Amino acid sequence: MSPVSRGFRRKREAAPAGRVPPGQYVTKDFPVLSAGPTPHTPLSTWTFSIDGGREPMSWTWEEFRALPAETLTTDIHCVTRWSKLDTAWQGVSLDVLLGMVDYDARYVLAFSDGGYTTNLPVADLLGGKAWVAFDYEGAPLGAEHGGPARLLVPHLYFWKSAKWVRGLQLRDTDVPGFWENYGYNMYGDPWREQRYAGD
Amino acid sequence: MAGTAVRGRLSWQTATVGPVTDETAKVRTLRLEVPDWPGHRAGQHVDIRLTADDGYQAERAYSIASAPGEPLAITVERLDDGEVSPYLTEDARTGDQLEVRGPIGGYFVWEEDSGGPLLLAAGGSGIVPLRAIVRERSRAGSSVPVRLLYSSRSWEDVIYSSEFGLPPGGVEVIYTLTRSQPRMWQGYARRVDNQMLAEVAWPASERPLAYVCGPTSFVESVAAGLVGLGYPAGRVKTERFGATGQ
Repeated sequence: MSPVSRGFRRKREAAPAGRVPPGQYVTKDFPVLSAGPTPHTPLSTWTFSIDGGREPMSWTWEEFRALPAETLTTDIHCVTRWSKLDTAWQGVSLDVLLGMVDYDARYVLAFSDGGYTTNLPVADLLGGKAWVAFDYEGAPLGAEHGGPARLLVPHLYFWKSAKWVRGLQLRDTDVPGFWENYGYNMYGDPWREQRYAGD
Repeated sequence: MAGTAVRGRLSWQTATVGPVTDETAKVRTLRLEVPDWPGHRAGQHVDIRLTADDGYQAERAYSIASAPGEPLAITVERLDDGEVSPYLTEDARTGDQLEVRGPIGGYFVWEEDSGGPLLLAAGGSGIVPLRAIVRERSRAGSSVPVRLLYSSRSWEDVIYSSEFGLPPGGVEVIYTLTRSQPRMWQGYARRVDNQMLAEVAWPASERPLAYVCGPTSFVESVAAGLVGLGYPAGRVKTERFGATGQ
């Protein structure tokens, strides 16, 4: 039972019912959180690769952008407690990308410019739930928000949507990524408030 | 990139507000008495949870202002459209109760064996975790040289000004006041730019370690500027405060 903080009262409007996970508040900004400087990889040297399948796969920027892309509108939820509703994205579905790879792994470690990694179950990338996004609100995704391309897995806390993503390593076992090594949750379901290890 | 795994479950603990110190007109330091505080490292943060008498709860994260081994303290800047920070900076009184969970984070952390020389760059209330680092350096008896570049709007907005007015040996504090300056001000009077960084930052050849904390625009420009001066990206640790009404 939480103690009452004397004199504390709600100041924000209640979020739309069922729309915002517990402990989150709605923001109209798009805050930036990352552990180091923003990398700037030229598109001429950018690739997206998937390792750990029968054959390694890699796409140049032109090849990646030639893949069928989807537009979608979704809510995103950051572990630092902001949620942003109705964000509009364009990206290539992981169904498309993983559909071109022969594999039987159950987990991935996504890796990014700057050395960032994050781990996810393959099942959370399939079935229209995850994209490699390159366009935000009708414009190319800015570098501070993860451009030229970031992972977009909106049903998990947003640190799983790795910025500056450069590929996936398919793995038989689940290993912690960058923030997961520092005590953040291995899975990160915002609806179960899985912020930290053990939540 | 190797981290220290923190695998125990972090549970909420009741904290009692201890002494409070007004740092500026908008910024207050609150000591939090937590009977079973497990200790923390310099640069980590905590989650704070407030509960209203109707059961409504709000949670936010705040950087820890105190060094390891010191009583837990947070320094909070009031954001006028915020929900938690106005309470903590205006309403909370010694003896009030709230909940705390932590410590959290293990990357934006300095310990004696992290080494240096240290370049610390703070924008506004981004000074808080860097102050914990400076205090930890003293507490640990480290002689790592420190340059702290601290950007504020005005002298009235400088947090911990008396503490940094007499910095420990080996710590240099360089201010820039971006909006207004006292008469006869001799220091920098503009936003941090590449020229200022070139003047203040340790040369990359000395293998410095940089910690940059502040609003996103500050962190983006400082981190990019340090990379431009030859700092390896992995030696520039950043922590950003979005303008999110926290």
